[in-house]
Amino acid sequence: MELSTIIAGFGGQGILFAGKVLAEAGLLEGREVLWIPSYGPEMRGGTASCTVIIADKMIGSPIVDRADHAVVLNPPSMAKYAPVVAPDGLLVVNTTLIEAEPDRQDIELLEVPCTALAKSAGDDKLVSVVALGALVGRRRLVEPETVHRALAIILGDRHADMITLDTAAFNAGYEAGLEQVIA
Amino acid sequence: MTVVHQRAAARPQIVASPPRAGGAAGPLPDRVLMKGNEAIAEAAVAAGCDAYFGYPITPQAELLEWMARRMPEEGRVFVQAESELAAINMALGASAAGARVLVSSSSPGISLMAEAMSYMAGSRLPVVLVNVMRGGPGLGSIGAAQGDYLQATKGHGHGDYKVPVLAPSSIAEAIDLVRDAFILAERYRTPVILLADGILGQAMEPVAPAFRRLDKSTPDWILDGAAGRAPRVLKSLHLQPEALEEHDLALQAVYEQIAANEQRWAAEQLDDAEVVLVAYGTAARVARTAVERARADGIRAGLFRPITLWPFPAHPLRDAAKGARAVLAVEMSAGQMVEDVRLAIEGAVPVFHHGRMGGMVPSPDGVVAAMRRALAAGEEAGR
Repeated sequence: MELSTIIAGFGGQGILFAGKVLAEAGLLEGREVLWIPSYGPEMRGGTASCTVIIADKMIGSPIVDRADHAVVLNPPSMAKYAPVVAPDGLLVVNTTLIEAEPDRQDIELLEVPCTALAKSAGDDKLVSVVALGALVGRRRLVEPETVHRALAIILGDRHADMITLDTAAFNAGYEAGLEQVIA
Repeated sequence: MTVVHQRAAARPQIVASPPRAGGAAGPLPDRVLMKGNEAIAEAAVAAGCDAYFGYPITPQAELLEWMARRMPEEGRVFVQAESELAAINMALGASAAGARVLVSSSSPGISLMAEAMSYMAGSRLPVVLVNVMRGGPGLGSIGAAQGDYLQATKGHGHGDYKVPVLAPSSIAEAIDLVRDAFILAERYRTPVILLADGILGQAMEPVAPAFRRLDKSTPDWILDGAAGRAPRVLKSLHLQPEALEEHDLALQAVYEQIAANEQRWAAEQLDDAEVVLVAYGTAARVARTAVERARADGIRAGLFRPITLWPFPAHPLRDAAKGARAVLAVEMSAGQMVEDVRLAIEGAVPVFHHGRMGGMVPSPDGVVAAMRRALAAGEEAGR
C-alpha cells in the first residue's frame, strides 16, 4: 500500500497544517510517511501545496505524478492538480470557492463546500481540516479516531484551545465525505 | 524560560513532534516526524558537535534555526556570522583549536566558502559542511537541485585536494551520515561534505528519536596552548615547491586511503537488471519508484545508489552493470554524476542521462520513459 495525497490552496488556508495532521495520523498507525511542503516562491502570495505519502513500505519518489487523492481549495489549485490525479483517484473540491468542474471522467469527484462548513464549525481558516475530514470520510486512508489524536498531538499544549474547534471541523468534513457515499 | 530549558535538557533528543500524552517526562516514542534540516542539526548535536557557524539561506534555514536553539541549551557555541566567508573561517579557527565543527549553507553560500575549504583541506582540518542544494547557477532558485555535484566531488576550492562527500537519500539516512561524516573528518583529518537537497531538507519523515553519540579524543595536532611542549603549526602555505609537493603527496596518500576504504553504495534489484539506474539523494527515490513501475511493465530495471559520491564506488558500479543493456544516470542536473558513471563503466555498457534542472525534479513516469529510450538506444548501439 502506498497512497499519495496532494493538498493545495491559498497560503493561509492551513494547507501545510492539514498535511502534517495527516502525516502524524499515518505515523500513529505505524506506517511510513513522507510530508513535503511546497516552499517555493508560490508560497509568497500565491498558492501553497503539500504532498503526503502514506505507505506500508519504504517510500520512493517525493514527486507525485499520479496522485491517489488531490484536495483543491481554490481555483488555481484545481487547474494545476486535477490533471495529476490517477485514474480512479479522488478529487476533493472546495465548492465554496471553485465553480468549475474538472475535465476528467475517469476520477471520483467529491464536492464539499469546505469554506462554508469551516465557517459554521467556527473559523473559515479551518477549511483544510474540513477538507481532510471529507477525504478521510470518503477513502478512509487513516482512521478518523487517529486523526483526532494527531490533531491533539500537533496542536499540543501551545494551541490546546484549538483542539475542540479543529476536531469539530474535521468531523463536519468527515460527515460530508461519508454522506455523499450513501447518496 | 527556565522551565523550557529544563524540559529540553531532560529530553534533549525529542524533536519535531513530541507526544504530549505522557507529558514531557513520558517515555520516548519509537518514532517522531522530523524535517530533514532539523534532523541533520539534531544528529550533529547528538554526535557532540562543539561549535556551529552559519548564515541563513533557503532551503537550509531550519538547520541554522535548530542550532540557534539547541547549541546554547547544551552550553555549546552557535554563531550566526555576518557572512558565509566569516562562518567558514570561524570554523577553520575552531577546528584548529580542536572543536568538532558543523557548518551549513545552500549552493550560493557554499561557493562563498570554497576558499576556506581549500585552506582547511591544505591544513588538514576536520569540519563537516552541509550543502542543502538549490537551483543554480548564480542565486538560481530555492527549489531542490543537484547541480553542485561537480563542485563537491572535484575539489570545491583551488588546489589538489578532495573531500569525502556523503549523499543521504532519506532523513533517517541523513541522521546516520552526519555521525559518519564526523567520524571520517576526524579519522582522516579532512573536511567532509554532506550533500543534501531542498526536498530532503524540507520534507518530514519518521525517525527514531534516540540519536547516537560519538566519543571524542584529544588529537595531538590541535592548537590548545604550547605551555610545556613544543609549538605546533597548522598551515597551508609551503613556499618551497619541494616542500609543497611533499605535503601534497602526503595529502594524496590520505585520499588513496579514503578511496580504498570508504566507498559506500546501495544496490536495489540489480541481480537480473537489463537497465541499471544510477542516482543519489532525492533523485534516487524518484528512480526507486520508476524501477517499481518499470518492473510492473515487464522492464527488468534496478537501482545503483552511490552513498559516497567521492570516493565514487566505481568498481562496484561496473560489476553491477555487467550484463545490463543500458545504464541510465538520473540527476537533478544537466548531467554531472554521469561523468563519473561513464568513467566507472569504461564503455562496457552504453551510458545515458536523464535530468531536470533549476529546481525541477524528474518524475517517475519521466524516468520510465527515459529508461525505454535508453534501452532502445542501447540496442541500437549493440548492433
